[in-house]
Amino acid sequence: MRIKLDRTLCDGFGICAKHAPDYFSLDDWGYACLEGNGEVPEQDRDAVMRALLDCPVHAIIEIPAPKGAAPAADAAATTARS
Amino acid sequence: MTTTATDLKVDVWPGLTPRLLRTGAAPEELQEYADAGGYQRIDDPGPLLDAVSASGLLGRGGAAFPLAVKLTTVRAAAQAGHQTVVIANGEEGEPASVKDRWLLRNRPHLVLDGLRLAARVVGAQRGFVYVSDPRAAAAVEAALVTAGTHLGSVQVSVVTVDPAYIAGEESAAVRVINGGPAKPTDKPPRVFEAGVGGLPTLVSNVETLAHLPFILRHGPAEFRRHGTEASPGTFLATVTGAGRPPALYELPHGTRTADLLVRHGVDPDSVTGVLMGGYFAGLLNRSIVEATLDHESMRALGSGLGCGAVAVLTEDCPVAVAASVLSYFDRENAGQCGSCFNGTAAMAAVAQALRDGVADHDDVARLRRWSVVLRGRGACATLDGAANVAASLLDQFPALVDSHIGGGCADCAGFAALRPFEVEAVS
Repeated sequence: MRIKLDRTLCDGFGICAKHAPDYFSLDDWGYACLEGNGEVPEQDRDAVMRALLDCPVHAIIEIPAPKGAAPAADAAATTARS
Repeated sequence: MTTTATDLKVDVWPGLTPRLLRTGAAPEELQEYADAGGYQRIDDPGPLLDAVSASGLLGRGGAAFPLAVKLTTVRAAAQAGHQTVVIANGEEGEPASVKDRWLLRNRPHLVLDGLRLAARVVGAQRGFVYVSDPRAAAAVEAALVTAGTHLGSVQVSVVTVDPAYIAGEESAAVRVINGGPAKPTDKPPRVFEAGVGGLPTLVSNVETLAHLPFILRHGPAEFRRHGTEASPGTFLATVTGAGRPPALYELPHGTRTADLLVRHGVDPDSVTGVLMGGYFAGLLNRSIVEATLDHESMRALGSGLGCGAVAVLTEDCPVAVAASVLSYFDRENAGQCGSCFNGTAAMAAVAQALRDGVADHDDVARLRRWSVVLRGRGACATLDGAANVAASLLDQFPALVDSHIGGGCADCAGFAALRPFEVEAVS
């Protein structure tokens, strides 16, 4: 899956960094930033999905696969917002 | 430090036939522009794209991104069947820069010609001139009325916005045209993927677009006759500070800073440093005097040309300047990203304490750490600009920073500008 973090929405709850610390780093004030390019391999998917679902302000967003790309195994679990 | 437009000196580098500047008080009229070779017919935009690519034209808004890459991306979207949009970005958020407003006020047809050509290349039927300056907006509106069929099939509108540092960011421009607030959005998507109305959108600075008619007429080799291999062509530089009236120069990339200083009436020996690229690229010490003004030299010094605004420091203390600029970022950020509104406030507080002689070593260590770890944590580059100012103060003026710990200086006490080196109050 591919995700993005909208930093204009983040309110610094920090729940994402508890669930998936390799993907979300917090600054001195608790605001999150996405580490890496947003690609999440299958083995990390559950942790990142918990972060996504638990974010109180829905700042973590799944990016749909580009048109024409091979369907991902986890495509059925999409919670993408636009 | 604040001056009016009438004080602005406009000057072309010796030996240079101006491509962007012109003398004369009134805005350039259609007939004059067309007689000088403007609005040339273009049947096939493909060769123009090739010429822009060969010219190596870099964006003049601050990021120095190759225009041909943007054009190619949006053109590909058009060829894949999408409608596309072009925005000429003239919302000059940098207080220390005046070049975009000057171009729009004085040479609106040159900018519209560039917009027309960009629209042809990317197949856009809709174009926008995005500005905050009322005089610039009026000049472009008047030029649109007279330009008529010269613009071809693209429908151009002027969109005005309240002036703000962040309003000129490309995603903020798109957001305003889409009916939203003048604040940047996080990426992805980038504007060339989903911009105005969700359509692939080319957003380009007005000075960048103003180079296109020259490239169409004269070709890439002539464009590269001035400038350096990696920074081709001429550029507009707004020079402020040093107790001199502000000036707007057109000069070749690669010009020695010392030569520009002399032409500006400043003794190079009196210069202690500069604030580069408007407020964005941070401070440089005296090493700037012997450097050349091009992207590669500025990068080697850890700085950047940005939008070409150079604020010259002679008697102003760099600590006070940094405190002033960081306070500006603290006030003028979008208030959207937590790392930015907290980070700019925190860095401004330390810089102010340093200026006021009440900062200690721990404060400075915190400033240094923030200037590194906060980079890239905002949706737009405002926080990076603030980090540049903080980091460059510490790196370029270490002895001065040390001497301010536990005690300020006399020069600092006399410096309290809200918008330092502002060329002109935009009302």
